[in-house]
Order: sequence, then C-alpha cells, then structure tokens
Amino acid sequence: MPAVQETVERVKRIDVDQYRYGFETLIESDKAPKGLSEETVKFISEKKNEPAWMLQWRLEAYRRWLTMTEPTWARVDYPKIDFQDLYYYSAPKPKKTISSLDEIDPEILKTYEKLGIPLREVAMLEGVEPKPGEQDPNRRKIAVDAVFDSVSVATTFKAELKKAGVIFMPISEAIREHPELVQKYLGSVVPTSDNFYATLNSAVFSDGSFVYVPPGVRCPMELSTYFRINERNTGQFERTLIIADKGSYVSYLEGCTAPQRDENQLHAAVVELVTHDDAEIKYSTVQNWYPGNSEGKGGIYNFVTKRGDCRGDRSKISWTQVETGSAITWKYPSCILRGDNSSGEFYSIAISNGYQQVDSGTKMIHLGKNTSSRIISKGIAAGKSQNTYRGLVTAHRKATGARNFTACDSLLIGDKCGAHTVPYIEAKNSSATFEHEATTSKISEDVLFYCIQRGLTQEEAVGLVVNGFVKDVLQQLPMEFAVEAQKLISISLEGSVG
Amino acid sequence: MALLEVKDLKVRVEEREILHGLTLTVNEGEIHAIMGPNGSGKSTLSHVIAGKPGYEVTDGQILFKGEDLLEMAPNERSAKGVFLAFQYPVEIPGVATMTFLRTALNAQRKARGESEYSTPDFLKKVREVSKSLNIPQDMLKRGVNVGFSGGEKKRNEVLQMALFEPSLCILDEMDSGLDIDALRIAADGVNALHSPKRAMVVITHYQRLLNYIVPDIVHVMSKGRVVKSGGKELALELEASGYAQFEDAA
Repeated sequence: MPAVQETVERVKRIDVDQYRYGFETLIESDKAPKGLSEETVKFISEKKNEPAWMLQWRLEAYRRWLTMTEPTWARVDYPKIDFQDLYYYSAPKPKKTISSLDEIDPEILKTYEKLGIPLREVAMLEGVEPKPGEQDPNRRKIAVDAVFDSVSVATTFKAELKKAGVIFMPISEAIREHPELVQKYLGSVVPTSDNFYATLNSAVFSDGSFVYVPPGVRCPMELSTYFRINERNTGQFERTLIIADKGSYVSYLEGCTAPQRDENQLHAAVVELVTHDDAEIKYSTVQNWYPGNSEGKGGIYNFVTKRGDCRGDRSKISWTQVETGSAITWKYPSCILRGDNSSGEFYSIAISNGYQQVDSGTKMIHLGKNTSSRIISKGIAAGKSQNTYRGLVTAHRKATGARNFTACDSLLIGDKCGAHTVPYIEAKNSSATFEHEATTSKISEDVLFYCIQRGLTQEEAVGLVVNGFVKDVLQQLPMEFAVEAQKLISISLEGSVG
Repeated sequence: MALLEVKDLKVRVEEREILHGLTLTVNEGEIHAIMGPNGSGKSTLSHVIAGKPGYEVTDGQILFKGEDLLEMAPNERSAKGVFLAFQYPVEIPGVATMTFLRTALNAQRKARGESEYSTPDFLKKVREVSKSLNIPQDMLKRGVNVGFSGGEKKRNEVLQMALFEPSLCILDEMDSGLDIDALRIAADGVNALHSPKRAMVVITHYQRLLNYIVPDIVHVMSKGRVVKSGGKELALELEASGYAQFEDAA
C-alpha cells in the first residue's frame, strides 16, 4: 500500500478513543431552566449576585440578539441550532460557599487532575517551583483559573499575584469587586452588538477570567484558564477580559476540553484584550474541544469572538493558537491597531481531521500611524475535513506607514480533505506595505519514504514532517505548552498514539 | 552466507514489468557497481531492496543476512542495516538536521532493542562523525537538506551512513548533480566508510564515479536483467564502447 494511502487509512480510523479527555464527571449541578428568554438572563444575573447595571447590559444584549440572524458566510456546514433547546447556565452545586480549594467538590478536582491540570497550589509549588540553587527555565509558576461548565471553580496563586498588584479572578467576582474596571472595559472591544454569537454571549455569559495588570508591572507568572464543558445540552459562554495598563506585560494561556457526546455542544465565548501605551499581551490558546467521532457525530460547535485593542501607542498584542479540537471552529482572533506604532501578531496552527470543519483566521485593522502586523497561519487538513483560513488586513486612510506580512501555508494529508485560503486586503492609504504569501502542499510520499528508510515508522514520519511544518508557530508558545502542543499535534494525526 | 541475495526477482510497476528475473549476490566487504542505461531498472532494484511503496514483486526473493527482506517493513529493513543513499535527497522544512539524525538513529536502535542515545551522548557521537567527514556543525542546525547544495545533500547522506553504521549501503546515482570537486568529497566519505563488514552497491550511469569508488565487481544491467558481470575493467570497457552492445544481449 502506498505510504500516503496508508496514512489516510490510519487517519480515517481515528475515533473517539483517540480523544483522551472524553470522560464525564458525575456531579450535582444547578441549572437554569431550558431555553433562552429574559427570565433566563435574569436567572443568570441573579445567580451571580450581579449589580443592576450588569443585568441591564445583559438584557440590552438579549433584546439586540432577538433581532439578529446567524452568520452564514463561513465555509462550515451544520444543522440549524435550536437555541431554545439548550441550557444556558449550569454550575456544579456547591455544598456551601467555597472559601478554599479544600471545599471544592473532590469530583471536580479529580477531573482537573485527569486533565493534568494541577489546581492545588501546594502541588503546583512542589511540582513547578525549582529547588533553591536550581535554575530550570522550563519550570515556572503558572496561576490557573479553572472554569467548569459555566462557573469558575478555582483560581490559584491569587495572593501572590495580588502582591504584584495583578488582579486575576473569575469575571463574576470582578463584576462585584472591581465594577469600575469592568464597566469601563467590558464590551469596549467587542460591543454587545458585534455579531450574533458575541451578542448571545453578552446576554448569557456566566463566567470566565478577568485580568488587570497595573501600570509598569510585568506579571510575575504565566496566567492560565482551563475550560471544561461537562453538563449535557449545555452551552458554554465564557467571557474573558484582560487589561494591560501602561508599560505592563502579561502572558495568558487558555486550554479547553470536553467529554465525548453524541450530540453537539455549543461554545460561544468572547475574549477582549486591551493594551495601553507600551503594554503587551501575549494570548495563547490550546484548543482541544471534543472533535466528534470518525463518522462526524458529536463534537463542539466553537463560535468564538476574540479581539484585542492596541489602544495605546507602542502597544502590542500577540495571539498564538493551536486548534485541534471542535467539530466546527469559527474563530478570528483580531487586533485593532489604534495606537501609533502599535503591533499585532497572529500565529496559528489549525489541524482538522475526520469530519472537522475549521474556518479560522484573523483581522488586522490598522488605524494608527506606523502600525505593523504579522500573520503566520499553518493549516493541516486530514481525513474528510475542511480547513479554511480567512483573514482581513486593512489600513485606514490615516494609517500612514502601515505594514503587514502574511504567510498562510496549508498541508494536506490524503485526498479527501480540503484547504482553502480566503484573504481580504484593503489599503486605503497609499503608504501601506502589505505582503501576502500562501502555499498549499501535500505530504509527499517521497518525504515519508525518506524518513521511513532511515528507521522511522509511518506515524513517526508524519509527526516529524508536520511538526517541522508548524515549527515557526510552536516557537511562539510558552515553552511548557509548546511540548504539550507538539504531543497534541501528533495525537491528532496519528492512529496509534493515545 | 551472502549478505544480500537477490534471486530471480520480477517486479512490476502499474502492470508493467520492470525487472524480469534479476539475480545478484553481494558478500560482506564487497563493493559492487551496477551500471546501465536509463530505464534498465537500476533504480527500481534499489527501491525494491529498500522497500519503497508502489512496486509489486511478482516473483523471486531477496534475502538479507539470510532473512526474507520482502517480509519486512521499510523501517525494519533500515534497523537491520539496509541503507539507501538517495539520488535526490528530500527536503524537510522546519526539522533541524540534528533532530532528524537523532530521531532516526534512536528509532533504529529502539527497533533493535538497544538503548536510545541520551542527548549528550548523541551530540558527542554526531560531532565525532561529522568532524571525521569534514562536515561543518552549521549544516546540522539547518533544516534537513533545506537550501543545501547538491554536494551538501550528498554529504548529508554520507553522514547518515556513517552515523547509522549499516551493513549494506546502496548508493543510487550518487554522482548526479555533482561537480567534480563535490563528487570527490562525497566519494572520499564513502571510501572512509568501507570496511570488511560493510558492503556497498554503487548504482551509476557513468564510469567516472568508479574512478573514485573502485568496485570489486561490475554488473551491467539492461532491460531489467543483469546481462554481464566482471571486474572493474568492465566499467572502462563500457565507457569506451557504450551500452548499445548489451541492448541485444538482453
């Protein structure tokens, strides 16, 4: 059997059992009544003990949403979603108010343990902090916020971060404790009227992470949020808001997994980033939602709006994403380059296999003077999947000296998948310099045979070639996650590694 | 026991028979040259020995150290000591040569039940070997064959040969795309690896390579068969009179 043919066969067999995170946790939960109405919105707001202004904000979004229709321009195909057939709020039922990690349902802690995410600070300190006199740059402290279904269950290292002045907490808490910050920034990057899914999220979001880094502070550790959808028929609508004040820096990573289920689950998140003068946010995602089985049954519908606003001069926002999961991905992390000399980056690896459909890319909107952006996108399509890069690069007429470099590379494995590149470029300023490069290639049999002749198995050969293909992007990830991502890429494409 | 025994091998590619019953015996320590015009089946033979997909063996057998080679996956053949130096070594962007060498060497060792090299041990070994072949360290940091000159690509093949220590090296048209200086450097590398335990099969169109790598036995192939075998003087004879005389013999 020709080498590529064999790979195709292997890839075809990739099934639910390849998905390591497909377990379900049995815990009591507290759900909103099924369906979406003003009552649901009020229910959520009440559950969260929200101030009146927040409820008002949600209700306005809900009323707006009623007038909107689902976007259809993406290259994805799925049955119509019945938005009344979903639960919009599900929280693990707490025995009492949680004041420390010890009081969290042990089942939830076990779930995170299974996912390899240490929540206990003690364990974190033991496992991650280098011993005195020992300097291991690979091992750094990471503060974790864990979101289980709709609720943030634990945030670690809060006290230590507080010393540095960094606020890292569930957004539901931030609404109560830092209303002035939330009111100032929430919806300022992704307005409630932005798009169908973002508006829906604005009405019903239940939790997510909030980060504020004060002026001049370099956040002393990586911040990380892990999202887990557990409950059946539940939409997950998290909201993340990160603000880097003047001259500050923060690196943030999110990870996502879900149990394997026959039905599709909806995930519609909104992430807003704001950088002031000379500030920088580095936002990394390792998305591994359940992709569905080999027949295309089940899997997460991932409709996400992520946008960063380089509000200040010389500020910088960098998105890095490794996308291997979800049945459908609709996601365009973008940068608004408002401040003069600000810069935006988008590094992406999107892998699709089985019947997965990916329509992902970025928008770089150049408004300020001498702004620059860089897009490196690597799409890998295998099985019967469709993988689309969709990107917009635009320069406003006042954006003198705008520069962009875009490189989109697609790699096909087998002959039943598709890779598509849809770039939109608009330059309203004659001084703009935009460069676009795109390539599409297949893993050639000659390359595979060369590796195999040197002793590698078929799967090792594919893994090696693919990891070489995505190397530029992997290098952008924080080191401890780059290794993880590399493994994830191999798992997504191989038949026997599990 | 012969190192490699090819017996009455018949091979098809897409319904067309390319090798029509080829027989070849190679013993340890010998250098064989296989010569012949384009389309005589030289490269097919090397591909079938290495296990490249796309060839159908309809008859005959290949024994390597007495074992049935055709029953083994290509990576198993590699671990057993079969090395094919490619006519056109492929480029693997993003994979550093050093990474590739370590991955391959450890895969072979693992397949043989040997312990894998640790990073420091591997680095030490690769430095020794590349130094002995005059290969600059800088080349090892670059992507596998990416942006390499023709000569560098062939030297990278020789480096792998030295590192993996195979017992059978098949050099497929190693001289193609090389100028005379590059050819000499590559050939010197090959000669340095010649040992009483290691056999070489050199496939080439031209006699000039054999000025540098001197064969013990020369085979002439035509139309899918070995039509004549002899000493190194046979190569010179061919150079003088051409292949035409053998077209009829086949």
